[in-house]
Amino acid sequence: MTSLPTIEPGQKKLGLVIDLDTCVGCHACAVNCKEWNASGHSGPLSDFQSKSDGVWFNRVHTYEAGQGETSRTVNFPRSCLHCEEPACVTVCPTGASYKRTEDGIVLVNADTCIGCKLCSWACPYGAREFDEDDGTMKKCTLCVDKIYNENLPEADRVPACVATCPAHARHFGDLGDPDSDVSQLVAERGGYELMPELGYKPVNRYLPPRPRKHGSSCGSQSGDISLIDIVAKKSASETKGAALLRWADRVLSR
Amino acid sequence: MHPALSVIVFTTASGAGYGLLVWYGLLSAFSATSGDRLVALIVLPLALALVTVGLLSSTFHLGRPERAWRAFSQWRTSWLSREGICSFVTYGPAGLLLLAWIVSPAPGVLAVVLGLITAVASLVTIYCTAMIYASLKTIHQWCNAYVVPNYLALGLYSGALLLATILHLTGHGSQGVDSVVLVAGLAALVAKLGYWRFIATTRHPSSPESATGLGNIGKVRLFEAPHTEENYLMREMGFTIARKHADKLRRLSLLALFAAPLVLVLIAILTSGGAAAFALVVAVALAAAGVLVERWLFFAEARHVVTLFYGARAA
Repeated sequence: MTSLPTIEPGQKKLGLVIDLDTCVGCHACAVNCKEWNASGHSGPLSDFQSKSDGVWFNRVHTYEAGQGETSRTVNFPRSCLHCEEPACVTVCPTGASYKRTEDGIVLVNADTCIGCKLCSWACPYGAREFDEDDGTMKKCTLCVDKIYNENLPEADRVPACVATCPAHARHFGDLGDPDSDVSQLVAERGGYELMPELGYKPVNRYLPPRPRKHGSSCGSQSGDISLIDIVAKKSASETKGAALLRWADRVLSR
Repeated sequence: MHPALSVIVFTTASGAGYGLLVWYGLLSAFSATSGDRLVALIVLPLALALVTVGLLSSTFHLGRPERAWRAFSQWRTSWLSREGICSFVTYGPAGLLLLAWIVSPAPGVLAVVLGLITAVASLVTIYCTAMIYASLKTIHQWCNAYVVPNYLALGLYSGALLLATILHLTGHGSQGVDSVVLVAGLAALVAKLGYWRFIATTRHPSSPESATGLGNIGKVRLFEAPHTEENYLMREMGFTIARKHADKLRRLSLLALFAAPLVLVLIAILTSGGAAAFALVVAVALAAAGVLVERWLFFAEARHVVTLFYGARAA
């Protein structure tokens, strides 16, 4: 049923906490996600060879925020946020999309999905990707077939993206429990939700880049860093040796 | 948003079909004109054919059309499911009304009751179609107070135009029905102009800053995309149309969907017989082309918030 389960306080809300301070933008999460899920619950994740295009549950963007000395370049992994009030579920006409009561994971039943794509229109986070080969919609399962898999050692029962992250920028846990490690981390670091104004109450949290320590930035203390300035400065203080080299270069280039 | 032909045909053809059923249902319930069997035997099959073409067309948008029947199950939350159910429910009274006219030359009270039910069910169906779009908070150009009036007015206008044309063609031309076309057409025009003004002057509350949560550092710009090629999200949600092309198409739809047909309806009111019928047939052809352009624009001008992750400044 696409009616949402009622969420009581303290109810289990499994999700991810993504640290934008330590993410190095290596795309390992995206690749290992594809690796696991291509043969998992939603597999195969079709690739369309003619177009270098295919179904991925993780996409790593890079953004620049701000200008000048205080600006930051931030790697930004984007995946399903397993919202508390997911519109992708309520718009589904078949009941193929559903939110699990027991842990809040949002899933698609590939056997009943008609591929109408309305859920992908309803999701602001771009979490749903249509598998043109299968004719159904696919999305992050939070590795539901891994995190509960008793055939795996307990330490491995985390989503593939979390297990593989070399920078430990991804954390997995119960965000419904205020005492859980992930909830503590969110409280400590000021973790936030994406587009809170839309009211879908995403479960996943993002940890902001830590503020830069004073005076640790490179370049001048005032104004923007400019490569042009550096070149201009260099040419002003040019030595005779450099002039000689340039003359030699001109002669040899004839 | 990507303007898929299947969805454009679905919303315009079924809109016209249900609009025709609304007006014919009312005519059947309240007017003596509907007493003509020929009119019933042309209008009802035509309306049901339009609706059916629309619904069949919509299944071409599905990745798994053979499972389309499952869409009737989630009426509690899904407007698409509600639309599916209403469209099917409407076949009941409309089909029975047609059956009544087939078996009896004067169905009497049956025409009144079935006509009323058909009109109400058709109106509700158009409303549900509009709500599929108007309920999506991710698309500012759809989630606003103008979309439902637009869908209702355009459905009623195209339906009225079809009914007026059929009445003239069968020798039952009625100035009353022609005037209804004029009023519905002007209402649809006002709704469309209001909609265009709204989407030109307002934007979605979300921004690249709120999408990434990095707004407290400063303005957010996309530095590097996650992939080198287009993906599903960019093809489906990232479709944009250049402003100058949109302006041209808007003028085209204003002319073909509103100005020309309304003038032709006026001519039909002032003349009679063959000339009036001919003017209306031309009006129907123009309006059909115009409404396709209008619906194409409804998709092409819609901007999804997911584009904010891909470098769009606003949605």
